[in-house]
Amino acid sequence: MIHRLAARLADRTLWALTALAVLVIVAMLAVVLGNIVWHGWERLTWEFLTAAPRVGMTEGGIFPAIFGTVLLVLLMTVFVVPLGVCVAVYFSEYADRDSWLYRWSRQAVNNLAGVPSIVFGLFGLGFFVQFVGRGIDTAVYSGRLTYGQPALIWAALTMAVLTLPVVIVSVEEALRAVPQSYRDASYALGATRAQTVFRVVLPNAFSGVLTGGILAVSRGAGEVAPILFVGAAYFLPHLPTRLNDQFMELGYHIYVLSTQSPDVEATKPLLYTTVFVLLALTFLLNLTAFALRARLRVAAGSGR
Amino acid sequence: MSTATAILETAARRRRHWQDWLVRQVIYLAAVMAISLIVLIFVFVAKEALPVVTSAEVHQEVTLETLFLPQAYGTEEAPLPYVWQPVSAVPKYSLAPLFLGTLKVTLMAMLFATPLAILAAVFTTEFAPTWLRELIKPVVELLAGLPSVVLGFFALIVLASWIQQALGLDYRLNVINAGIALGLAVTPIIYTLSEDALTAVPRSFRQAAYALGASPAQTAWRVVLPAALPGVFAGVVLGFGRAVGETMIVLMASGNAAITSWSFTESVRTLSATIAAELAEVVFGSPHYHVLFFIGTLLFAITFILNWLGARLIGRLRQRLAGAEQ
Repeated sequence: MIHRLAARLADRTLWALTALAVLVIVAMLAVVLGNIVWHGWERLTWEFLTAAPRVGMTEGGIFPAIFGTVLLVLLMTVFVVPLGVCVAVYFSEYADRDSWLYRWSRQAVNNLAGVPSIVFGLFGLGFFVQFVGRGIDTAVYSGRLTYGQPALIWAALTMAVLTLPVVIVSVEEALRAVPQSYRDASYALGATRAQTVFRVVLPNAFSGVLTGGILAVSRGAGEVAPILFVGAAYFLPHLPTRLNDQFMELGYHIYVLSTQSPDVEATKPLLYTTVFVLLALTFLLNLTAFALRARLRVAAGSGR
Repeated sequence: MSTATAILETAARRRRHWQDWLVRQVIYLAAVMAISLIVLIFVFVAKEALPVVTSAEVHQEVTLETLFLPQAYGTEEAPLPYVWQPVSAVPKYSLAPLFLGTLKVTLMAMLFATPLAILAAVFTTEFAPTWLRELIKPVVELLAGLPSVVLGFFALIVLASWIQQALGLDYRLNVINAGIALGLAVTPIIYTLSEDALTAVPRSFRQAAYALGASPAQTAWRVVLPAALPGVFAGVVLGFGRAVGETMIVLMASGNAAITSWSFTESVRTLSATIAAELAEVVFGSPHYHVLFFIGTLLFAITFILNWLGARLIGRLRQRLAGAEQ
């Protein structure tokens, strides 16, 4: 009797404890989001989104930072999506599971996902800026400093390396959801493997490619550490127009404004609104990706 | 006529064959590129770190001994064996305060995140009805999608004041503040991997426990969780790796003072934040520059080992649960 009571008590306690943990996580997320939306919402105007900062960042808007962020992630997408799709196609359609190439490239992608973002920043500086950029300057511009300095193109490439695993995972999942019978039918009609992959499998996995791209953009828009030394600038009077220009960026803007502002109280309202904009941007992207993936899973579940 | 058709057909077949070959080469090249990227990262970060070990010029200012062993800084009465002060008349490069700082913040984050994430995962897989489960997972994904600079901002502007008031601390930015913010970033990782591991435990395990008269809590706590333990542990290891390397949150929320102490209420400077804060102002090619890349190489190596360990643990979980009926 007492034994059973004790068991019931243990049941209730564990249930309550675990439920509490979930509640705490949800509450913390709600507090962070609530705080930022509450303080960030009221100052959000059309002018804020479309004007340049004025009076030492205490007035005006954040258009250059939004412009720089969009440019950065678009450029990044151009590099990361084709490469990510090709690696995912290799994993899902071409790889021999026992080959060294499969095991090593799988291991490489897993490790790439775990490299700290600040190390990507060091890599971007050491490889893209110092090695590739300086190399181009010596070879093409007879040593004149053109690409051998922090620039938009190097930041985009660094970010592309960082987001590569995100794209690969997402595309691979979509490729696996394409039924084997589609491939068999394609082969039966005499199609080669390349034709099967590019005309049958990939078109059917399109939403996965899209999801991968969106998740990469969302991740790239939120990362700051990798671009600290490879092109982000606090303030620029002009918008970037060339690949070797520096650029302003939302996340970097938040970092500098909140840690190096001479007058924190004066910049705080703007700062909150900037955080709100960045948060809205990444959440909208994540939500889209989430919806797309849910649809993909439903489609895969029904066997299509 | 028929010969012409035959020639055309052969040409088409040849083109298809050639295309197929070309696509295969491109796809394999992509896989090779994935491998070379991780190698390039290591090589180019380590290359800039190498002068710390080899260059005589750098050794006039810093050697491996000054990085890792106690030094005679300070005075006879008040010796300071470990100081990180790279910009001063006598540059001091002891990594001990930075290692200690990283350890303290990471420990705080893990203490905060690990119980929370594992318990929440147990609730999700063992107790929650399906509709609730489908609600909790997106919430955690939302948390995972929070950019670290946003968490850093929140910790710096809001959380720091709350914690300072609640605990009556002298410093706004301290280990507790940075650790909790970092814990928020680590929670989704531990949760997701634990949830995966718990879900992977076959239903037959639970049925067997119930058949023996175990209660739901006993089943969850003594059967399912132990069976999933390698996967849960992998989550903790990978979360630890993320916490060690995470930069923006600690850079903004920790106060960045390189103090050698075990106190959790003082400001603190981590390895990652040191790189982020100092590299932009350092002279290219100076000893300081090379030391920062050396720290980067250490971070790379630490996270590499932790990831390897995490992957092995997940492999062990799969092995353990393989063969059991679902």
